[in-house]
Amino acid sequence: MRIITHNMLKCHVKNCTDPNKQFPLRFKDVQLEQVEAERNDEFLVRMLPRLDWPALLKTSKELGMGLPESIPENPGEDEEFLQAVHTFIMETHVKEGSMVCDGCAHEYKISNGIPNMLLAEHEI
Amino acid sequence: MKLKQLEGYLGDVATFREPKVQLEQYPTTAHLASRILYTAESSFGDIDGKAVIDLGCGCGMLTVAAAMMGAKSVLSIDVDADALEIAQENIDDFEIADTVDLVRASLCAEETAGCNGELVLNEHLVGGMKAKFDTAVLNPPFGTKPGNKGIDVLFLQAACLMARDAVYSLHKSSTREFLVKKAQTWGFDCEVLAELKFDVPMMYKFHKKKSVDIAVDLLRLSRKK
Repeated sequence: MRIITHNMLKCHVKNCTDPNKQFPLRFKDVQLEQVEAERNDEFLVRMLPRLDWPALLKTSKELGMGLPESIPENPGEDEEFLQAVHTFIMETHVKEGSMVCDGCAHEYKISNGIPNMLLAEHEI
Repeated sequence: MKLKQLEGYLGDVATFREPKVQLEQYPTTAHLASRILYTAESSFGDIDGKAVIDLGCGCGMLTVAAAMMGAKSVLSIDVDADALEIAQENIDDFEIADTVDLVRASLCAEETAGCNGELVLNEHLVGGMKAKFDTAVLNPPFGTKPGNKGIDVLFLQAACLMARDAVYSLHKSSTREFLVKKAQTWGFDCEVLAELKFDVPMMYKFHKKKSVDIAVDLLRLSRKK
C-alpha cells in the first residue's frame, strides 16, 4: 500500500466517531519500501485538493519523511515540492506492520502490503 | 494499445482457484475486461493518467486492464483474502506494483454483512474515499445468492460516491430500469454501453447445465455537470 491510499483510510469501528482521532491511522512497526514510479505532474496537481494535507503531514513526520508544511501557491511549478509529494505518496510502500486508531486503539494489520480493514473474520 | 493486444495480455491473468459461492465469484473474462477498459479509454478518455477504483476486484482482472490502459493509480478492494493473494500475484507478474494498491475491506457495514437482513453501506470506510477517484470500474456480485440481496446496488452506490467522473459496471439486464432511476438520485446519468451474454461456466455444484448465459448490461454512469 502506498501513502496515497493510507490518506483515505479511516477507522470504522462502530462507536469510534471522533473525527480528530479516527484519522489518520497511526503506523506501528512498519516496514517501508521505496518503489520507483514515473512522476506525472498533471496527476499530482489534480490529486492535491483530494489529499488531506494535515493528515499527510502527520504521517510523514511519524515515518521520518520530509514533506513541506503546506501546499505552495503554484504547486505545479515547484519542482522540489512535486518531487517530495511524489516520493512520499506514490513511491513509499508499506509492506508489513499495522495501523492503529488513536480513538479506539483498534489495530489494522498490514501483511504483504495489503491492509486488512475488516474488523473481524466474521464480518464476511 | 490495440484492443486485441490488450485482450492477449489479459489472457495471462490468473483467476480464482476455488471460487466461493457466497461471494458470487464469477471471473471477469479477458474478452470482457479488455472491451470495458478499451472503450473507457478510447471513447471517453476515462483511464489514461487517471485515479481508478476497482470495487470487488477479485483476482484483479479489471485492475490489470486499467493499469495496462494507462491508469496512473489504481486502488482495488475485495473482502476475500484468497482472491487478493491471486490479485497480488497478477500485479507482480504484470509489473504494475508501482500503480496498484490492494485493500481488504467490506463495503457492507459489519452488522449487516453475512446475515439475511438488508445490507447497509459501510459509510465510514466509503466516506474516507469519497470523491478521491476519477473513474470506478467494477464487476460486482449480482446479488442473486441469499443474504446478498441488493449488494449489486450497494456496490454501484459506493462507486458513485468514490468516482468524480464516471463509473463502469456490469449488472443483470433485468435490473436496468431500477438502476437508471437510482443513478439519477445519486447525481449520475446512466447509459447502457453494451448488452452482453455473460457466460457463467459451470463452477458450482448448483449449476446443472454446462454453462448459463445471463443477460448483462455494461453500464456507464457519468456525473451530471
